[in-house]
Amino acid sequence: MNKHQTPMLDQLESGEWPSFITGIKRLRDHHADPRIRETTNDLLGQLEHSYETIKGYWKGGTVSVFGYGGGIIPRFSEVGELFPRSKEFHTLRVQPPAGNYYTTDCLRQLAESWEKWGSGLVTFHGQTGNIMFIGATTENTQQFFDEINDYGFDLGGAGPCVRTAQSCVGSARCEQSCTNEHDIHRRLVNNFLDEMHRPALPYKFKFKVSGCPNDCMNAIERADFAVIGTWRDEMQVDQQAVAEYVAVKGRNYLVDNVISRCPTHALSLNEDDSLKVDNRNCVRCMHCLNVMPKALSPGSDRGVSILIGGKRTLKIGDRFGTVIVPFMKLEREEDYERLVELAEEVIDFFAENALEHERIGEMIERIGLVNFLDALNIDMDPNMIVHPRENSYVRTDNWEQEAAKWIERKNSAA
Amino acid sequence: MPAKQRRVPIESGCPDGMQYMHPVMKRNFGQWHYHEDPKPGVLKHIAHGGEAIWTVRAGTQRILDLFTLRKLCEIGDRYADGYLRFTIRSNIEFMVADGAKVDPLIEALEGSGFIVGGTRNSVTSISHTQGWLHCDIPATDASGVVKSMMDQLIGEFRAWNMPNRVHITTSCCQINCGGQGDIAINIQHTKPPKINHDQVANVCERPSVVARCPVAAIRPAMVNGKPSLEVDERKCVCCGACYPPCPPMQINDPQHSKLAVWIGGNHSNARGRPTFQKLVAAGIPNNPPRWPEATAVVTRILAAYQQDAQDWERINDWVERIGWPRFFELTELPFTKFHIDNWRGQQKSLNASSHLRF
Repeated sequence: MNKHQTPMLDQLESGEWPSFITGIKRLRDHHADPRIRETTNDLLGQLEHSYETIKGYWKGGTVSVFGYGGGIIPRFSEVGELFPRSKEFHTLRVQPPAGNYYTTDCLRQLAESWEKWGSGLVTFHGQTGNIMFIGATTENTQQFFDEINDYGFDLGGAGPCVRTAQSCVGSARCEQSCTNEHDIHRRLVNNFLDEMHRPALPYKFKFKVSGCPNDCMNAIERADFAVIGTWRDEMQVDQQAVAEYVAVKGRNYLVDNVISRCPTHALSLNEDDSLKVDNRNCVRCMHCLNVMPKALSPGSDRGVSILIGGKRTLKIGDRFGTVIVPFMKLEREEDYERLVELAEEVIDFFAENALEHERIGEMIERIGLVNFLDALNIDMDPNMIVHPRENSYVRTDNWEQEAAKWIERKNSAA
Repeated sequence: MPAKQRRVPIESGCPDGMQYMHPVMKRNFGQWHYHEDPKPGVLKHIAHGGEAIWTVRAGTQRILDLFTLRKLCEIGDRYADGYLRFTIRSNIEFMVADGAKVDPLIEALEGSGFIVGGTRNSVTSISHTQGWLHCDIPATDASGVVKSMMDQLIGEFRAWNMPNRVHITTSCCQINCGGQGDIAINIQHTKPPKINHDQVANVCERPSVVARCPVAAIRPAMVNGKPSLEVDERKCVCCGACYPPCPPMQINDPQHSKLAVWIGGNHSNARGRPTFQKLVAAGIPNNPPRWPEATAVVTRILAAYQQDAQDWERINDWVERIGWPRFFELTELPFTKFHIDNWRGQQKSLNASSHLRF
């Protein structure tokens, strides 16, 4: 094997941060299997070529495993004649366990399979949340999938379909968790495996679940359907721990970093150094709980909020998801069934009404939130807006009828 | 060739994480009371019942070769309890039930070249995309930019020097898979696509390419007697949206595809609502293999933030307090016409008040 010269890539081996180039070279120089050595050699050759010419050389195509239409990112080299051993270099997107938990045994099992059929390069995880097995030929793609599918791993989404979901570390190791993130994640995504494996939606559709409003999964910005854990009663305050905090950090620090950073001025410090909370005006921003995790905890009447429509720029500009369900309990089996049902209704409406390559957030922007809520039979709620309309171009013909709905809802809730 | 029996997939979907969870975490599921930060890279979570679990977090190269993956497994078995997970920023986390295991585990990780840190108010691992290694539309590399930048920022990964946490992202095209960040380093194309008219008719579904353009700058045209597409270059915003569905519309340019730096993206709801990142610098050369100009802009912003921001202020909170005139003054970055939005909804970014800073 003639090793490609890589003078530019070699410069990424100096410095203290772990080097991916050194890693790829280890496969090229030390792996027992000549197939892996030769593949990674040509991969390094092509990457060096990119660095020299400041250009990418991969193109897409169509590759899938038997029975599925998605889950593989096909990559064929445009300079395959120069680098023939890596000319087919597809990525398999594999769904990780909810919460990204592994044992070393599980990772070794995946490593053994990947060693048999792939390049030996893997990422935990891609930006959507998949395990990315990077670099398999068209033929080996099927072999690798068959093997890992037998012991419990399945492909994720690629293309216009329901995508792999993400959930945070959650109840397994976080005091801020307000719900069972992994259960929600699996119930949602595993209900839509047909929509994931056989792409037929207008465009991608992502679920992400964060257990509290810190939103470590970036759900509001990156998910079409964001589930955020929250609570609606009073936050729990351990006044003894508050006093200990003041004793250690000082009153001034508490005022500057907790009291005055509350976005709705819902906190104040009593004369005796105990904390007073105006819970009706707390917006569950999490700041004070983050600063004083021992003293302050979420309330005990917990559930989730649902926001729809987060996405990045293309095509109409960035959008955050917006609230369509301010609060729902997730305790009984029926609650979870209602959540899955809601997701089905949302996806059905999206499938029927979005334009090609239009995300649900863009569709809502085009048709208006009210039309979307009407179609889904969801009641309007002032928690869905930052403020009412400022633009006076609106027809209010049936105002009485709409006002009556609100009054009726209010009365039946009372 | 005789038809081979094809294996029908088992549509098992997302696996249950519980089977891979540390027993202490399983026992205390939903019962965690609070956590402490004993030192950078280490978390200690305490359950209501009194049990504790320690987490040691380390940065990796993200594109893992199997030797590295097995090394991490070996460390996990020898120095931890064999349970691990990955964060959303591709940091690895080992969980141990015995606090005495923490220091030997840190030593083993650092001894093998992994960097322990990335917790609390550090600069944690850069969230990034595939780049030239695997993407079909990248104008730059991701792993290389990140490696170069983290070599410079490694001290900040290991420390708690920042006013609050710093999340950095990179993206190799304007689709921006890297997502929002306190600081984002993204490709910014500066010239319209160059069209290979010989290929368009064969490769592209022309109506869907026309529909993909956010400013309606693309229209069907006959060029040299062949059906093709043309771009109104005065309208084109150089976003590159036409390139994925139509590769003959080459948007990447070795000279004219530049890097831009955006700041103040924040996913969390803590204090204010989540925020999108804002453009602060562009025209930065796309300069492999180490992109020093991009790192220089990022370190300059970090230095100003570290010096001037108050405790708990993320970059967006900090700029909201000090205002943009002061931001450009402190960072010595030029303010240009490109910073003023001209997209729909632009008015909400303009100052419709007499609140001014001098």
